[in-house]
Amino acid sequence: MYNPQLNAQGQLQHLLSIEGLPKRILNDILDTAENFVGVAEREVKKVPLLRGKTVCNIFFENSTRTRTTFEIAAKRLSADVLNLNVSTSSQSKGETILDTVNNLIAMHADMFVVRHQQSGAAHFIAQHVPPHISVINAGDGRHAHPTQGLLDVFTIRKYKPEMHNLRVAIVGDVLHSRVARSEIHALTTLGVPEIRVIAPRTLLPTDVEKLGVQVFHNMEQGLKDVDVVMMLRLQNERMSGALLPSSQEFFQTFGLTPERLALARPDAIVMHPGPMNRGVEIDSAVADGKQSVILPQVTYGIAVRMAVMAILGGGNAA
Amino acid sequence: MTLPDPEQLLEHLYQQLKPRIQDQTVLVGIYTGGVWLMERLLHRLQAELGRDIPHGKLDAAMYRDDYAQRGLKTAAQPAQMPFDVNAKHIILVDDIFYTGRTTRAVMNELFDHGRPASVQLAVLINRGGAQLPIRPDMVGADLPLLAHQSYELAMNTQGRLHLSIAESTPLANKGATTHV
Repeated sequence: MYNPQLNAQGQLQHLLSIEGLPKRILNDILDTAENFVGVAEREVKKVPLLRGKTVCNIFFENSTRTRTTFEIAAKRLSADVLNLNVSTSSQSKGETILDTVNNLIAMHADMFVVRHQQSGAAHFIAQHVPPHISVINAGDGRHAHPTQGLLDVFTIRKYKPEMHNLRVAIVGDVLHSRVARSEIHALTTLGVPEIRVIAPRTLLPTDVEKLGVQVFHNMEQGLKDVDVVMMLRLQNERMSGALLPSSQEFFQTFGLTPERLALARPDAIVMHPGPMNRGVEIDSAVADGKQSVILPQVTYGIAVRMAVMAILGGGNAA
Repeated sequence: MTLPDPEQLLEHLYQQLKPRIQDQTVLVGIYTGGVWLMERLLHRLQAELGRDIPHGKLDAAMYRDDYAQRGLKTAAQPAQMPFDVNAKHIILVDDIFYTGRTTRAVMNELFDHGRPASVQLAVLINRGGAQLPIRPDMVGADLPLLAHQSYELAMNTQGRLHLSIAESTPLANKGATTHV
């Protein structure tokens, strides 16, 4: 099956979505990331793999956290980094996406990290760039956020290496979450047998069962005996109309409290892609508790993004 | 060509290595064969000297000069350097010395961990063909080899070393995991 992310040899050319990527490529990325975890602990926090390359972070939608982690990852690979916050510059002056991209190509950029509020924007750019340039999707609309999905499964693999024996619950605003979609594809591809989504009906896509997940509308039932609890951010900025009565009511029904977490397995880990709405999705006692791996997720996110860039930047030899 | 017993070469290497061990000496094996050799040498040194010797492991993958052509070897092993590199006398251990490019890559990585007092190189076999001003300080044997051939060191489940020669065409050799 044709996949625009792979070249004719089946190697990774762009990272646009987890969907359709073979297990071997996901494992290559995760295995490569293992090598980068220790780089941050050294006296010189750099390796020379992308020395002389230019990585452009093109963010049509604001995201300080994701942009920062991509920037750190590229710099730890010794790349030169350009950060373009396009929403406040050229686009507002009437320039099209392709005008922006063409200018960066003319400046001899080697890799584009793209975030856009419209689904498919990264695919669109990937189809336009010459073969020596790779595109990484850093989040497009409700569609995909593949590096977040990969860093989540990397974190799970660190704490729960037996992936074929896990029960994972994804909780909250699945409807607006490109993260949830990427996580589900990654977990499914890597052989996680049971993935649950827990959310009110108004925050679930109509076809969510087709992704191979079990649907729960009740936290107490959905969290029972799970190994991983993955909380999602309530994306109020993406909601139009009254999908929820109030954030307080959401917390009462779907917030992760210590009492609810006790229903999961005693060694269950708690994850959140950030930024957290404390008291809305998650209680501070859980977010800062001993089962939380939310900060390690951030650390591993840099290693995973380094792995993706290193694989794409190295003659596509994954 | 009759190949020597690598166990005898290792004994020869050990005899050169032992007098060089000082208080601040640490051993660093280069994946994969160099790590096997380093662990064998370390085990014997620690037994005979009656003390622990700090040791580490490095993989040259992230510092190779042919990354742009070959990409990143995903089977690369994470570096393990559980000691302060600064002011240490480092002895790098590798199995085969060929062009010197692996040694250069490993030294670059080593200096990103700190500033050692000195760096020496111990190899089981020097096959000739150095392309850089880098030479091993301790050698199990000098055994020249044709360009289309490569030595392959293996270790069986009992930990015994075995040496063989692999033949390759120049084209096939381009992307192979040869020792360089």
